[in-house]
Amino acid sequence: MNVLVGIDGTERAFAAFERVVARVKETGDDLTAAIVASEIERPDTIERRVREVIDGEGIEAAVRRIEGHAGGGLVDLADDGEFDRLVVDGGERSPTGKIRLDPTTEFVLLNAETSVTLAR
Amino acid sequence: MSRSYPDDSVGPFERPPETFTDAHAREIEISVYDDEEFAALAEMYVAFDPADRAQGIPPANEGAIDEWLDTILASGYDVVAYHGDACVGHATLVADSDGAHELAIFVLDTHQAAGIGSRLLEALLGHAGREGTERVWLTVERWNQTAIALYRKVGFGTCDTESFEMEMAIRL
Repeated sequence: MNVLVGIDGTERAFAAFERVVARVKETGDDLTAAIVASEIERPDTIERRVREVIDGEGIEAAVRRIEGHAGGGLVDLADDGEFDRLVVDGGERSPTGKIRLDPTTEFVLLNAETSVTLAR
Repeated sequence: MSRSYPDDSVGPFERPPETFTDAHAREIEISVYDDEEFAALAEMYVAFDPADRAQGIPPANEGAIDEWLDTILASGYDVVAYHGDACVGHATLVADSDGAHELAIFVLDTHQAAGIGSRLLEALLGHAGREGTERVWLTVERWNQTAIALYRKVGFGTCDTESFEMEMAIRL
């Protein structure tokens, strides 16, 4: 399977990414990390951390940058036929425990032709 | 996160405790939650109809219910509704990081559409308002017109948001 995982600068996204990496190590799936531009963290910083995880786990993975609209860019990249699955983080919880999906996740769920996995 | 609250305050609402007869002639008692009632409250959530879960709460399994209750009961205010010895409703305010409170309300499926939710909501706002709470917000799924109508009736106004959920707020 060819897996694309989207990562903005949040800790949730990195946690989801690390889980995907651990799984890829077991399954041998192909992995591509898509760095999403966000207000939270600079793309260079995100990419450095992503490469540290990849190198630390000793797996092969491609790293791509998404410029512009995060959801649109992820959907375009996932749907170009190359990927079987798009993974994004599963959202944060409100004070009462309700799950809140960020706008990028909502966009991806509604618009991607590729199957989407929310990593929790 | 910046959230817009109505300029005008609503209330004050009646404080609990109160006893009333619901739409099915059942005697219902509403009171401020006490820690000694944890078991009764947890039991209500174990019996909760999975179809009535919304936005990921309440959790499905018992261990997760206790953990979730510990979290939401740790801050803010809680009122509960009893029918006899059984807890049949719970309304909670949980403190956010901005000095405001998020609201959530739950009524057991056997006791829905009987006026209990409305009483619970007003009792919670009456209690919290007297304790000094000013800003309360909630999110609700856009298709859930029953809940949205209930919140509107009490005085919640609709905030922005283009997301899956609608956000509403009230000033006490």
